[in-house]
Amino acid sequence: MISRRDFLSAGTALAGLLAASGTGLAQAVGAQALSQADLLKFGNAGTFTILHITDIHAQLVPLYFREPSTNLGVGDARGVPPHLTDAAFLKYFGLKAGTRDAYSLTSEDFTQLARTYGRMGGVDRIATLVKAIRAERGADKVLLLDGGDGLQGSWSSLKTQGEDMVKVFSALGTDAMVGHWEFTYGADRVTEIKEKAPFAFLAQNVRSAEWQEPVFEAAKTFEKGGAKVAVIGQAFPRTPISNPRWMIPDWEFGIREEDMQKQVDAARAGGADAVVVLSHNGFDVDRKMASRVNGIDVILTAHTHDAMPRVVEVGKTLLVATGSHGKFVSRLDLDVKDRKVTGYRFQLIPVFSDVIAPDPEMTKLVTDIRAPYAKDLSRELGRADSLLYRRGNFNGTFDDMICDAIMKERDAEIALSPGFRWGGTLLPGDPITFDAVANATAITYPACYRNTMTGRQLKEVLEDVADNIFNPDPYFQGGGDMVRVGGVGYAIDVSKGPGQRISDLTFLKTGKPLEADKAYTVAGWASVAQNVEGPPVWELVERYVTDTKSVKIAPNASVKVTGA
Amino acid sequence: MPPRLDATLVPTRGLPTRGLSAHGLPTRRGALKLAGLAAFAAVLAPRMALATEAQVADEMKKLFAGKTMGAGKIKLDMPEIAENGLVVPINIDVDSPMTEADFVKSVHVFADGNPLPQVVTYHFTPESGKASASTRMRLAQTQNVIAVAEMSSGQLYSAKVQVKVTIGGCGG
Repeated sequence: MISRRDFLSAGTALAGLLAASGTGLAQAVGAQALSQADLLKFGNAGTFTILHITDIHAQLVPLYFREPSTNLGVGDARGVPPHLTDAAFLKYFGLKAGTRDAYSLTSEDFTQLARTYGRMGGVDRIATLVKAIRAERGADKVLLLDGGDGLQGSWSSLKTQGEDMVKVFSALGTDAMVGHWEFTYGADRVTEIKEKAPFAFLAQNVRSAEWQEPVFEAAKTFEKGGAKVAVIGQAFPRTPISNPRWMIPDWEFGIREEDMQKQVDAARAGGADAVVVLSHNGFDVDRKMASRVNGIDVILTAHTHDAMPRVVEVGKTLLVATGSHGKFVSRLDLDVKDRKVTGYRFQLIPVFSDVIAPDPEMTKLVTDIRAPYAKDLSRELGRADSLLYRRGNFNGTFDDMICDAIMKERDAEIALSPGFRWGGTLLPGDPITFDAVANATAITYPACYRNTMTGRQLKEVLEDVADNIFNPDPYFQGGGDMVRVGGVGYAIDVSKGPGQRISDLTFLKTGKPLEADKAYTVAGWASVAQNVEGPPVWELVERYVTDTKSVKIAPNASVKVTGA
Repeated sequence: MPPRLDATLVPTRGLPTRGLSAHGLPTRRGALKLAGLAAFAAVLAPRMALATEAQVADEMKKLFAGKTMGAGKIKLDMPEIAENGLVVPINIDVDSPMTEADFVKSVHVFADGNPLPQVVTYHFTPESGKASASTRMRLAQTQNVIAVAEMSSGQLYSAKVQVKVTIGGCGG
């Protein structure tokens, strides 16, 4: 078993940390010498086992991924999981600062803990876990489901239109998947994947625009451990709004709650003992859907990248949140008696890459997939002189770097960068490789436009995006985090209504208020419109990092948040 | 001014009628093109005068002369968020036996972000078989859509939904 030396020295490093915060040492010491067997420990096995992976974003090899320090919930979701971060998160789940759980699930002391506990994820480590659990349980009792956003997010996935991850998911023996970013490869490519892949591509909520006919299989029934398990797919309902609709012009999405109820009823009528929804709704939408659609046993959530060590129960429905980037595999065992789910055990398994032995076959596949791009991927452009991360409602230092690059390379006064939730984290001192840049920018609509906008127009844009995140009704939310703005600061009151949240727009170069009727030069990327002109954003970032050599980004203080 | 739609529309059953647009709004296409360059830009075109909630209330008062509206019976199905503001699907279903003695006479649709408050009226007879209609309408901004069913007895039923129109575009 591989045991990272740092795990053994963790006790000392953490002793200082914990002494400072006044917490006891017991758990930190207990975290030493973690083994693969420890990660696979599980209570009583159920009638069958569900393994859930999601939002891997085509991350084939282990990486650092810092969880958000700001993840605000509004309306009914205010202050409840998953809208808890750092100390509040640890307190709610009974975890201690400085532990491996704190490292994998929160952002506090991230740099220090990352150096202690190492990178997470890697599909060869995931393969090891999946194989071990299948060996323990018998393959006929294990269902492996992917929650979407698996086929996009890296250079090799962009270059192969997701074929790299189709190979990985095939090798893993995935039973079914759903989609979101997958749709940005266009309707033809998605149709091809649906028809050729050995796993099911499910979506009950996609219809042809002309005749409202289903585009995908809505559900598939599996026999596992003698139980009939119906898996219903739910694609990201806001795909044509959040991503380019022109790439999927003939498909309509939406939540389609009534149709979901019909699918659940049909599954029950068809003899299903358990009904599982493989969803890419996002956690808050799933929580609402669970309270309104009857008869769902489990919703495997995705999209919002939340990782939680326990399931959330909404009535009789269990909500599982598995995180992102391959950091976790969820194991959920269900007991089925008299054609009903009668009990469950759950384990969020952290994929510590230094603890889990890589599966040799999958390692070889990853090497083969990356080989044609090895020269690009390993190209070192510069160094991170501070922690570079993306995730958070308003800012990420990686995004600040992208905004700086856009403003400099496109000679713009203001930069707009999308609030994507995916993209790895670099520690201070880490090389900034082209691989790392692609991990945060590899999309099929990367053109960086340059244009002018008035202050008023910019405010309208910010208000529109803010309502997609902070509308108190999750069914009216969509997309990712707040758009990142370079060159402009603002205040946001997340408790206000549409058009009322944004104020105090400040042009940072002068420190003066942004003028409503003045035109500013604005550059940005990831426009959802067709025929946008400009260089791909990764070229700008590459030039910028190469010129800058050492990138140091101070924490962003230009967005003032109230009403949380 | 294009012809009033209620003068030209016939009830449809279940099948979407493509290309129906409510009263000649300025084309959103220009706005979207500009939005394309500005990625996250909202509706940037100058807005023409639109109906307000008060105007919709006035219009309804005129048509229905203060009669009380019941809830239920009428189902108005629209997406919470429009995927394409130019052609937002609208499905209306009224629960009625559709017999000579008891049928749906008409269904009126109002939108408080439309240049004129009333968008369309569907007329039915017992021969219609069922009182349902599907079509698409143009929504330039977030607004309320209200449908009122007028029964042969004179009884009214209404349903209201808010449809959000956003430029979105922040991926996730």
